[in-house]
Amino acid sequence: MHRFRFVRGRYRGFEPGALGDTLFQGLASLVALGVVALLGVIAAVLLVVASRSVGIFGVGFLGGATWDSVANVYGAAPFIYGTLVTSALALLFGVPISLGVAIFLSELAPAKIRIPLTYVVELLAAVPSVVYGLWGIYVLAPAMAASIEPAIQGVLGFLPIFQGATRGADKFAAGVILAIMIIPTISSVSREALRAVPQSQREAALSLGATRWETTRIAVLRYAWAGIFGAIILGLGRAVGETMAVTMMIGNSNTITLSLFDPGQTIASLIANNFGEGGPVDLQKSALIELGLVLMLMSLVINVFARLMVARVIRRGEGMG
Amino acid sequence: MSAEPEEIVRRKSGVGRRTMFIAVGAIAVVAIVLVYGAFAGWFSSSQPITLVGAGATFPDPLIRKWSSVYVSKTNGTVRVNYQALGSGAGISQITAKTVDFAGTDAPLNATERTNAPGLLHIPETIGAVTAAYNLPGIPSGLNLTGQILADIFLGTITNWDNASIAALNPGVSLPSTSISVVHRSDGSGTSFVWTSYLHLASTTWPTSLVGKNPNWPAGIGKQGNAGVAGYVRQTANTIGYVELAYTVQNSMTVAKVRNPAGNFILPTLNTTRDAAAGASPTLPASNASWTGVSILNAPGATSYPISSLTYLLVYQELNVLGPSMTKARAQALVDFVWWAVHEGQAYSEALVYVPLPDPVKNLNEQGLRNVTFNGQTLHT
Repeated sequence: MHRFRFVRGRYRGFEPGALGDTLFQGLASLVALGVVALLGVIAAVLLVVASRSVGIFGVGFLGGATWDSVANVYGAAPFIYGTLVTSALALLFGVPISLGVAIFLSELAPAKIRIPLTYVVELLAAVPSVVYGLWGIYVLAPAMAASIEPAIQGVLGFLPIFQGATRGADKFAAGVILAIMIIPTISSVSREALRAVPQSQREAALSLGATRWETTRIAVLRYAWAGIFGAIILGLGRAVGETMAVTMMIGNSNTITLSLFDPGQTIASLIANNFGEGGPVDLQKSALIELGLVLMLMSLVINVFARLMVARVIRRGEGMG
Repeated sequence: MSAEPEEIVRRKSGVGRRTMFIAVGAIAVVAIVLVYGAFAGWFSSSQPITLVGAGATFPDPLIRKWSSVYVSKTNGTVRVNYQALGSGAGISQITAKTVDFAGTDAPLNATERTNAPGLLHIPETIGAVTAAYNLPGIPSGLNLTGQILADIFLGTITNWDNASIAALNPGVSLPSTSISVVHRSDGSGTSFVWTSYLHLASTTWPTSLVGKNPNWPAGIGKQGNAGVAGYVRQTANTIGYVELAYTVQNSMTVAKVRNPAGNFILPTLNTTRDAAAGASPTLPASNASWTGVSILNAPGATSYPISSLTYLLVYQELNVLGPSMTKARAQALVDFVWWAVHEGQAYSEALVYVPLPDPVKNLNEQGLRNVTFNGQTLHT
């Protein structure tokens, strides 16, 4: 056991031996188990409080379309719908832009632009969500109500999803602000994935006569697809759980409607609005926590699905490579 | 061979590992001593007492004024921190005993009283809920009735130039745009007052939609009186319900609402005062049930029909608030509330709240005289 190292008769410092290893291992395991235990405790407490609502509403809770605190009837359907719609919109707008940013930053930008631009994009990810919400209320919502939504309605108004009064506080606006919020996340992780593609792949494609775009498409994107997919899932995870910005932009209406210009409500936003209420044994609080568990379940399903997809893509990629 | 790189590394790093251990150890000892000292009260010789409250946004401008005046009145020894989260959150927090006092415009219902026994209702001021709208070119004073407002908020009246609205407002060119309705998204005493009024003054607003957070059939939701006011101010063709102080502070356009005497009344300090006086309610004692108490549709030719008391909720026996409540804090709380319902009323009118009439002051005095800490009454 080497505790104090002496080299050529001189003291060379303290070096942990087997005891140090054991201690380190023990400490690390303790911390890791502690995290798992914490998650378990959180889940257990939530389940206990939600059990009252689960007992009363059962599985019908997921399909129930009414949230009425006066009649004490609660259902999750409008909020699951709102969460899915706003997240889908966020991905629809956010993914192409993020990929474009990532490809530009990794493939096309000259070094002088690349470094500051990368920095700025990553800074955007650090802006707090409530600041996005404030900007949304004062800048985006009026712009939506006054110009953007009427313009869309003018062109595409025959579609049922673009009908109705344009007020600027609706699922569409919430989707747009979510898209803006997930762009930094998706683009910075995608950029890392693209940078990880070996230069030899690009050179091989170019040497076969591919154009810039073809190189990017064939050699780079296909290789980095697993990482990009992971980035998209990260962005989706953020969009699904986003609270403050959404609650300021979505209109807080507990209804299910087809039009994107109608207000709606997401799970996270509803919980943020109503969590202050309800006494310790209130049914509304129990229903809110059950809704929170539904959100956790949704995130879990998304993540498991993503991992399965990524695993399949990697396997296929290994076959190809 | 392995010795040389280590030698080089150690020389480059300058400070030896032993020195580092000593330094870290010294810092740790100092930190532990300071933390212990903080807990042992070495630094708390002149800590101010902070009273924490939460609840309605309805009286928030006034309570904020009170807290800034009170801290200078007590030379910094007592601070009041009020979080305007909505009446629902206020009631929830005082029930959970996480705040010293709460604010609500909606008196406790039977369930809430059972969950939080021993709470006193102390009306601290009187305000009004206005129907604020944003119609470019149309000033304050649009004539509306409770029935029309109910139908607007139910979604059955959809356009501004609807026949019922036009009939009451000859000479006003109403636009044909659709009415954009905005309500509260959080649990709100103002919503309770508004929906109670709609139920009282119309035949179409059902009881199932009366509450702090009803299942609104139409419109979008915003948080707090401030959120609704902000949205109405910046978006055209909207209508929302906002407490009077907010509409005056933000120079918003408000409607005249018809009162039981048949007159269309603009919400102002004076018409709200008339409602409070004309109602002459038989108010219950502070520690009794206040469910159903209201001054809506108050009698009087000039009374504004959507006026309301707003209440501070304080426990009669303050030791139920746990170890955070000490005799000094309990005394500070009672002194603050006593001051608020007496000297504090001088600040009401400037903020467009009605000062408490004398019968209400007397009622509050009786209630506050019964507030105790560990059985000892606090106000002499």
